Amino acid sequence: MKPDIFQAIADPTRRAILTLIAIQALTPNVMAEKFDMTRQAVSKHIKVLQECDLIRPEPSGREIYYHFNAKKMQEFDHWLDQFRKNWETQFNQLDELLSTLKKQKK
Amino acid sequence: MNKDLLFDFNVDKAAKTVKITREFDAPQALVWDAFTQAALLDQWNAPAPMRAKTKYMDFKVGGRRFYAMIGPDGAAAGWVVQEYTAITPITHFKMYNTFADQEENRQLPGSEWDHTFSEQNGRTTVRIAIYNESLARLEKMIELGFQEALTMTLTTLEEILKLIEK
Repeated sequence: MKPDIFQAIADPTRRAILTLIAIQALTPNVMAEKFDMTRQAVSKHIKVLQECDLIRPEPSGREIYYHFNAKKMQEFDHWLDQFRKNWETQFNQLDELLSTLKKQKK
Repeated sequence: MNKDLLFDFNVDKAAKTVKITREFDAPQALVWDAFTQAALLDQWNAPAPMRAKTKYMDFKVGGRRFYAMIGPDGAAAGWVVQEYTAITPITHFKMYNTFADQEENRQLPGSEWDHTFSEQNGRTTVRIAIYNESLARLEKMIELGFQEALTMTLTTLEEILKLIEK
């Protein structure tokens, strides 16, 4: 199954990788150095992040640089914003219902 | 609506939890009823233009509420099963929320919803924590409301256009 963004960013190392490459595109070797991890461990994280479109590879000569896909992150924030609005609408409906119920009790 | 009623919504991405706090200008027992009685839930528990229609509700530990999300066209856009896992009258209840088909077959995994109620100076504060193992489910939850809202907007637009034509 394809990992989703929630699973991808629930991991502290992956969040750190994202924070770092949001500032500057990095190669897997540099990531491994910065986080003091094996190349293998870095590859695993890259795979998860790439599969949910949070990062994208761009070859440059013999190296591959990973870039942060801000658009995907915005999409995620947009969903959450929508979710928040759903609740706002429901709670406003509940306010009205409660005010009606209060009047009935009087 | 009451502008001074607290509404706080935040997402703890690391804990995969959405935390919602909302204040209501009503006593705790009344707010508790609005969250735990089918006839009242159906009056507010879906974002307009959607509405909720409860098929049955058995509010006790191990009991369930099975309801449909009805779209503006009157057709069910989705079904939800909520299973109650803990209840302390008027202060706290927990449930396990899952999407389902019309036959009540649950689509696991779902999410855990925790509700806490407290009253101060005649106002009731409700705290809701929603833990989702996967975002895919959250996405679906949002899309359900979102698509219907979009359809509604387009329908309204059509009606306005018709009026202009006349």
